[in-house]
Amino acid sequence: MKKTDALIIGAGPTGLFTAHQLKLIGLDCEIVDNLDKIGGQCIELYPDKPIYDIPAVPECTGEELTNNLLNQLKPFDIKFHLSERVEEVKKEENNWLVKTSGGNSFLTPNVIIAGGVGSFEPRKFSPKECEKFENKSLFYLVKDKNIFNGKTVSIFGGGDSALDWAIELSKESHVNLIHRRDEFRGAQATVDKMHTLVKDGKINLFTKYQMANVHGEQTLESIDIKHDNDEIKNLKTEYVLGFFGLIMQLGPIANWGLNLNKKTIEVDTEKFETNQKGIYAVGDICNYPGKLKLILSGFHEGALAARACFKLARPDEKYRFEFTTTSTNLLKRLGKKE
Amino acid sequence: MAKITYITSDNQSHTVEVQNGLTVMEGAVQNDIPGIDADCGGGMACATCHVYVKDDWFNKIPKKEDGEDDMLDMAFEPKTNSRLSCQIIVSDELDGLEVNIPSKQA
Repeated sequence: MKKTDALIIGAGPTGLFTAHQLKLIGLDCEIVDNLDKIGGQCIELYPDKPIYDIPAVPECTGEELTNNLLNQLKPFDIKFHLSERVEEVKKEENNWLVKTSGGNSFLTPNVIIAGGVGSFEPRKFSPKECEKFENKSLFYLVKDKNIFNGKTVSIFGGGDSALDWAIELSKESHVNLIHRRDEFRGAQATVDKMHTLVKDGKINLFTKYQMANVHGEQTLESIDIKHDNDEIKNLKTEYVLGFFGLIMQLGPIANWGLNLNKKTIEVDTEKFETNQKGIYAVGDICNYPGKLKLILSGFHEGALAARACFKLARPDEKYRFEFTTTSTNLLKRLGKKE
Repeated sequence: MAKITYITSDNQSHTVEVQNGLTVMEGAVQNDIPGIDADCGGGMACATCHVYVKDDWFNKIPKKEDGEDDMLDMAFEPKTNSRLSCQIIVSDELDGLEVNIPSKQA
């Protein structure tokens, strides 16, 4: 079990700057994120889209913003726990006991939820019957490509993941590629390569089709795909892969006894504390009168929540407000003074 | 100002007046119409404000711009008359618009 002054859930821009604020005022913290990389929505949804409303940064992409925030965190030693989802938060005397899907547990007086709109999960096929085969013969990510050798694999999607896997698996498997329209949004070179493989008979391409149903008792035997004109085609297939990107789900947060409003958590505007003492919510996931879902608001909320954490992490000390321009303490922590 | 009708998947019809300049998504969210999540807040980055536009209206409203179809690839049960409601801007010409909300957004 790890002890820390504060645990941050979410490694998006708000979570990262909150960590900066905690470390600056002398608290330690660790960060858990369900994604396999740092940056949250900025990296997952719009790494290349420019953002124009970060104060004093006229223009930057989601990726640049994330890298700049990581640079700003360089003076500090912060532990990241990626690809782990927080499953459970339980009160234990004056602390919260937090357990993750990766088997980590933390004991901390402060939990800061900087979770965006929840954790990213793969978008799934709509027919209910697909669940039966999930993680057996129907997958939303590839862990071991060798299981597909010599088999028929039906791949759904129109982006780079679907195209890359269709091209890769066409070497050793029979590949069906199914997409809801003629246009693909993957990189042009990849789209061209796929079309060449289609011409060479290495990939069977079905456009304007979507998943309609799956058949099979214990193992998957075939799928029905439906054309825009309602025509249904049955394809024999041993495996199905779906690549429809990621969706944000509130997930286990909904079970922690917090006051929720739709997919957001109600907080006060002094500490950004929830109805549970020592649990805060900052960034897109929090809600209060006048809330703006802007990155800059997340920075402000994180800075205030960090100060509130100080009281619970250091109950016998008094927090003193200081500026980075003048405070020897802060400059030492930033590595700018011996 | 335009009267817009949102029909949920259980056939409940909600007609509200939406100001010009707002999006069809904002019209739904501000009036607490269920079924439009709009996770990304209108950034065309999540496909959770997906609606079906009645055929006669589909051709009348401004066309999809670059990127909208890419996001619709990820929507729940997209059809040929699918749109992201955050990309439809309300004007007087949209008075009487009817959209159907899918049974789920993801």
